[in-house]
Amino acid sequence: MNAIPNLAPAAGEIILAIGAMVLLLAGVIIRNLKVTQLNKACSLMILIALIPVLVWRGDTETTFGGMFIMDGFAVFMKALVMLSSAIAILMSGQYLKDKEIETYEFPVLMVLATLGMMMMISASSLLSLYMGLELQSLCLYVLAAINRNRNRSTEAGLKYFVLGAMSSGILLFGISLVYGFTGTISFEELGGQIAGAGNNIGLIIGMVLVLAGLAFKISAVPFHMWTPDVYEGAPTPVTAFLAAAPKVAAMALLVRVTITTFPALTGDWQMILTFLAIASMILGAFAALPQTNIKRLMAYSTIGHIGYALVGLAAGTQEGVEAVLIYMAIYATMTLGTFACILSMKNEEGMTENISDLAGLSRTKPAMALALAIFMFSLAGIPTMAGFFGKWFVFKAAVDAGLYSLAVIGVLASVVAAYYYLRIVKLMYFDEPAPDFVPSYDRPKIYIIGIMAALNSPLSLLLISLLVGAAAYAAGTLAG
Amino acid sequence: MMTIGLEHYLVLAAALFTIGIFGIFLNRKNVIIILMSIELILLSVNINLVAFSSYMQDLVGQVFAMFVLTVAAAEAAIGLAILVNYFRRRGTIDVEDINQMRG
Repeated sequence: MNAIPNLAPAAGEIILAIGAMVLLLAGVIIRNLKVTQLNKACSLMILIALIPVLVWRGDTETTFGGMFIMDGFAVFMKALVMLSSAIAILMSGQYLKDKEIETYEFPVLMVLATLGMMMMISASSLLSLYMGLELQSLCLYVLAAINRNRNRSTEAGLKYFVLGAMSSGILLFGISLVYGFTGTISFEELGGQIAGAGNNIGLIIGMVLVLAGLAFKISAVPFHMWTPDVYEGAPTPVTAFLAAAPKVAAMALLVRVTITTFPALTGDWQMILTFLAIASMILGAFAALPQTNIKRLMAYSTIGHIGYALVGLAAGTQEGVEAVLIYMAIYATMTLGTFACILSMKNEEGMTENISDLAGLSRTKPAMALALAIFMFSLAGIPTMAGFFGKWFVFKAAVDAGLYSLAVIGVLASVVAAYYYLRIVKLMYFDEPAPDFVPSYDRPKIYIIGIMAALNSPLSLLLISLLVGAAAYAAGTLAG
Repeated sequence: MMTIGLEHYLVLAAALFTIGIFGIFLNRKNVIIILMSIELILLSVNINLVAFSSYMQDLVGQVFAMFVLTVAAAEAAIGLAILVNYFRRRGTIDVEDINQMRG
């Protein structure tokens, strides 16, 4: 064994870890540091850290005593997470200035959370899984409560902390049982041990607890209760961040754990994931109907979309994993675009979150109305929009695996969900304009809304084959 | 004379874990009790890990327990910081009062 581990597979993580510490020092030492500039520096740093990830030569390699793995799957998911984080950080500048919460910790915490997510994606033992997950979660608790002058933000932080810490506890208890009944924590050895051990009841309880802990992090029903409150209470840029990158990373972790660690127990986890998927899709569709706050609406929308992504994973095939990857990529673009629009919603009193304030937007701001309409059509899964292809691949994987009822329930739930997305489009195009609505954008947000809208519009037909190819390659390396 | 075996430790850990989970959901008074329940859950995990580690003569479990201890300390610090902040804004830490958002 070498004294110094091979650092090359973790180059992106190392850049972010050192960079975050340097920026933290800079924040302490330099007075009057402009947070908008620090935001740009942080996004730039994440993009620099993306370079060693993207040029990774593609073969699977482990390091740090087998605790850290770099493969095609990790490259795909890390690229997705890092781009989402960089975009979420860029969007936040104007909001922080308006709300007077220009603390330099904000972008630094986002970078550290991103680092935690990358560790989660590359985890290849239960210990590195736990450390990555906690690094990400601890940063997110603080970010949710970062607006100390607002009751709702602190309340969101408190709720997120209590339920998040409990879910970590449940996950850990499951980990301790899995370790106890197999004698190893490495994913690779676990796969073999479990295949040899057969149906051991302690092991199955451990697996169920691990899956429950991870289901909390992706906010699948019945572990979703924190999501609406945290989404509504947290500052909007934090909500945008929460909705995209951590969901992608936690889903990557769930995929890796189920596919590489528990293949011998496929029948057992398939049942659990099928239940989670059905419950999430149905709750996401119905609970969003009476919402008047757009951030709360997006929370239920997230729960529903996680349900659709789980349909692909429940299939348990390589095709299913591929569909999950495609779905998460498209989901990230839709969500980030929608939140960039939400961050631009403003009336004379300041930021607004009421859906009714969007009325008649097509007359006052036609470009923003068009972009938001594209996102809503895409979230609803209207054909030729990007969101449609995500759902198409997921349901196709479920049908090919023989899970017909799951696919049928999914399609029915997406019909119900289409109602509340299309209601927003109707509000924007056919209702009388709301008084005093003056949307404001700064330059980064305009670019982000434009690019995301283009990616979700029918133009996505040109790019979808590229995405499918990348996802197929990534899913292939995971299966071995 | 009864010897203390692996099962006793596992039963103790499972009991502590269950008390911790119930402490979070049944307690309607004080957020501090929730923080104590979370610590209880993490400690039950540590008992499990160390018991398995000693039973199997494998050090990994004890190393894991060290990591859990460290993270638990960080978690408690962040939780208390958020709680202090909440108390400053609202003047109360009753669980029943944490209800500005619902629906």
